[in-house]
Amino acid sequence: MARTVSTRHKAIATVAAWFIALLIFFPILYTVVTSFKTEPEAIAGISLIPSGTFENYVEVQAQRDYFKPFMNSVIVSLGSTLIALVIAVPAAWSMAFSPTKRTKDILMWMLSTKMLPAVGVLVPIYLIFRDTGLLDTRLGLTVVLTLVNLPIVVWMLYTYFREIPGEILEAARMDGASLMNEIIHVLTPMALPGIASTMLLNIILAWNESFWTIRLTAAQAAPLTAFIASFSSPQGLFWAKLSAASTLAIAPILIMGWFSQRQLVRGLTFGAVK
Amino acid sequence: MEGSMGQITLSKVAKSFGTTNVIPEIDLEIEDGEFVVFVGPSGCGKSTLLRLIAGLEDVTAGAISIDGRDVTSEAPARRGLAMVFQSYALYPHMSVYKNIAFPLKMAGEDKNAIDGKVRAAAETLNLTDYLDRRPGQLSGGQRQRVAIGRAIVRQPGAFLFDEPLSNLDAALRGTMRLEISELHQKLATTMIYVTHDQVEAMTMADKIVVLNAGRIEQVGTPLELYRSPNNLFVAGFIGSPRMNFVEGDEAAKLDGKTVGIRPEHLQLSKSEGTWKGTVGVAEHLGSDTLLHVHVDGIGQVTARADGEFALRHGEPVYLTPDPSKIHRFDKDGQTIK
Repeated sequence: MARTVSTRHKAIATVAAWFIALLIFFPILYTVVTSFKTEPEAIAGISLIPSGTFENYVEVQAQRDYFKPFMNSVIVSLGSTLIALVIAVPAAWSMAFSPTKRTKDILMWMLSTKMLPAVGVLVPIYLIFRDTGLLDTRLGLTVVLTLVNLPIVVWMLYTYFREIPGEILEAARMDGASLMNEIIHVLTPMALPGIASTMLLNIILAWNESFWTIRLTAAQAAPLTAFIASFSSPQGLFWAKLSAASTLAIAPILIMGWFSQRQLVRGLTFGAVK
Repeated sequence: MEGSMGQITLSKVAKSFGTTNVIPEIDLEIEDGEFVVFVGPSGCGKSTLLRLIAGLEDVTAGAISIDGRDVTSEAPARRGLAMVFQSYALYPHMSVYKNIAFPLKMAGEDKNAIDGKVRAAAETLNLTDYLDRRPGQLSGGQRQRVAIGRAIVRQPGAFLFDEPLSNLDAALRGTMRLEISELHQKLATTMIYVTHDQVEAMTMADKIVVLNAGRIEQVGTPLELYRSPNNLFVAGFIGSPRMNFVEGDEAAKLDGKTVGIRPEHLQLSKSEGTWKGTVGVAEHLGSDTLLHVHVDGIGQVTARADGEFALRHGEPVYLTPDPSKIHRFDKDGQTIK
């Protein structure tokens, strides 16, 4: 008796899970579907069956070269992630293994910077970028994305490092490892799953970041977020072309996410299921 | 560092964590080649003392010198010591070979020299067949050997062991105890060994340091501590089963505020003796018999008889303390000499 109940519960849970998953996925699906419609079809009403045209993609590529913003996205998201890791690994190391009375406060303070609406610091940052010539440069964008995501990177690494027994690091110290060697040969390899998932998450966040990327770039450094946005303006809305541009922009990160999902999930639940 | 000596001196070493004074002040001399055991109940500061010597903790006051060289503010790696941790602390992402080679690699030795030393250490510790494995694929005893291997390759001035056997089962603990003792015979290097197990202390040590609440209660050879403990604490801590303590009128009769007598120094008889009691629990171990006797006016007394001693629960028994083996303590718990 109990078994049938549990099977029914399982069925309900499965259906519910699928429903919620589809609900979340629907906008993406609809964007992809719309990108294969003609413009009249796209505004005609909700339909999941496109005519299967590729003309939007051709036209999007013809209007604005896709590869330049694509490369900008790659460079900026990888660059900001690597710089953030180089800063965050030692920072998280010191907070995890030689904490002071203030460590918790500093962590909270770092996180609190994420609670401030980005627009609150738009003017000062814009002015600094203008005066230092960083506007519309990949370097400027990389710096800003590094700083935006740094608190999250430090937090995640801190959590992973805390799981590593301190005695192993002490053993390395006894074995004659310098601080640098301790971090390179012992800590980093042991924390690799955590570092990898932090890296993946940060690449995704940087890839999708649209507040700063749109506001601080024009033509030269514009990444894919700005590329999508450029299709939503002057001549009125062209839904099909906008959808094609969006699909092109999210495809790389979606594919990367798909291949790395096991690593991501493992990293994000690190410590919870030891 | 090779062939360095391991004479270690602690002078007026103190350690506090915040306002907690873990080690008030300790002076200690460890000779080169000695096997010294720090023993005491948990929280007595023995591990902290070892970590101070290792350099993993900074002293609050005092000085530590190794072979006459002041190392008080030296980094752990520069003290020429090797340590074996309670949790083994092996590098889980490295093979056994790489684990053992790590200290040599850090010392910048060349590949051939490293290879020779790692293989020699593996040979000594019966690890040759496991060099390619990861620590996760080894048993507790093998992991312990890898940890020891990692310590010996560097030929340190002294080995520090922090309760290295406490994670092993009883049988393996006995074997590893012998192996470590043999290793000490072979290498003749100073070893400092921390344990809460007085049997380990008694069986392995040249010199035992009994610690209690961050203070040294007594330093001596195992038999010195057994025969003439300085005070009640050492008397109660060293020896198994534990020494019996008698207070009150019976103690006064024997000229002490407290009187101690070890279970093996009580003569047992079914018919006559100084103290009459009733057997509570009788533990028949074959090689000897332990009787937990309730004696009127004294309380619970443990007595040990060689071989088999056929008495059961509830039967009367007479106990006679060997007068030459009685320990007398004053009101402060110090031995009356």
